[in-house]
Amino acid sequence: MWAFIHKLGSPKWFYRISAKLQPWFWVAAAGLIVTGSLWGLAFAPADYQQGNSFRILYVHVPAAFLAQSIFVSMAIAGLVYMVWKIKVADMAAAVMAPLGAAMTFISLFSGAVWGVPTWGTWWMWDARLTSMLILLFLYLGVIALRGAFTSRDSASRAASVLAMVGVINIPIIKYSVDWWYTLHQPATFTITSRPAMPTEMWLPLLLMVLGFYSFFIALTLMRTRSEILRRESNKRWVRELVEEKQ
Amino acid sequence: MQVSDTAPVASAGVALGEPGGNLMVAITATLKRDLTLMLRRRGEMLNPLVFFALVITLFPIGISPDPELLALIAPGLLWVAALLAALLSLDSLFRSDYDDGSLEQLLLAPQPLAALSLAKVAVHWLLTGLPLALMAPVLGIMLALPAGSYLILALSLALGTASLSLIGAIGAALTVGLAKGGVLLSLLVLPLYIPVLIFGTGAVQAAVFGDGVTAHLAILGALLAGALIFAPWAIAASLRISING
Repeated sequence: MWAFIHKLGSPKWFYRISAKLQPWFWVAAAGLIVTGSLWGLAFAPADYQQGNSFRILYVHVPAAFLAQSIFVSMAIAGLVYMVWKIKVADMAAAVMAPLGAAMTFISLFSGAVWGVPTWGTWWMWDARLTSMLILLFLYLGVIALRGAFTSRDSASRAASVLAMVGVINIPIIKYSVDWWYTLHQPATFTITSRPAMPTEMWLPLLLMVLGFYSFFIALTLMRTRSEILRRESNKRWVRELVEEKQ
Repeated sequence: MQVSDTAPVASAGVALGEPGGNLMVAITATLKRDLTLMLRRRGEMLNPLVFFALVITLFPIGISPDPELLALIAPGLLWVAALLAALLSLDSLFRSDYDDGSLEQLLLAPQPLAALSLAKVAVHWLLTGLPLALMAPVLGIMLALPAGSYLILALSLALGTASLSLIGAIGAALTVGLAKGGVLLSLLVLPLYIPVLIFGTGAVQAAVFGDGVTAHLAILGALLAGALIFAPWAIAASLRISING
């Protein structure tokens, strides 16, 4: 087990193993997302309160899930890099950040679009929207910090520390924003008090969530692989690989 | 003459140089040094206070001089302006020490860097956060903040700015090695300030409306306790990254 992890930590081994894993995740992601969206958009019944507009949920919820999980994975990768100096972990953290920011933006944007038919406005200082917005700023901070350093090693370690500080703060921010919102809540809308979702509604959602996660893993593997090639371009095995391909 | 001058310094140096030498001596020395340095640059110390007053002046001009409206938004305005003033002062926290190399000496000291950086942050709070908190009631009067909430305003700011200094010092330590770290520093630190802002303004608003304020102050205290435990380690790690980079 430990030997396996050690091997995985070496960029060369990770490159080989991920080559085998990557296609599976792409297939899973494509299959799940296509099935999930077809089912969710065409076959799931319309919501009795919101009509068809609720179908944004099938993009909004998985994106929001990913937005939060990616930050946690990024912080874990940062911790692994800081503690065990495993370079692959930092490469993964580096490629995860833009994807996480994109997912946060997608969930915010789809939330705003969803807000028009349900709340009658594009933006509302809703607790969840607000904490998502703060999460987007946290992502942008990590990306900006990484870009600001000229030395890659310092950039990696600084971004790792900031990701870990951020991940400790995310629950605090989330709960304080929730609390802040209940204090100021304008009692104009309630979409929370609807009955639990029927099975034919949440099954496609489950597929979409799993599909988004597979997509995240596949894309992270792919981008980590290109990051490995970029950073290890002066290593012998990369040169040999390039020569083989030519 | 020379011998008597250098003797105490040398003996202190020996005590500090020993591995695991007296931690309290090192912390007191850092505290004294930073206090002396800051008190000799009084202008720099006053800048955040002037900024605070200026920003508060902008709001009645920008929004409305109507006392009723101002009273309504005063808790938030005062807190946001104080938060920005505290943020502005952060960049200088490690900057001059980084430029003249004394930060490296701090890193080389046998005492834990986390404790020494905590001493530096304590001085920063003492000379920016605390004055801001003491000044806020005066600006509160100008914003027609209802009477009876002044003490809570000062208290919440005093508690809150301590957390702000601690959290902000992480950002300052991460960006101290960068030539243009100022704007980046605010981008890193401001999202992390939000919980403190929420409970800080919450305390003042509760005082204005006559609700219980202890809960808010207790949470501010809890945030400070958490920051006191975690932040020094993050600051120390960040300083090491900035120096070695």
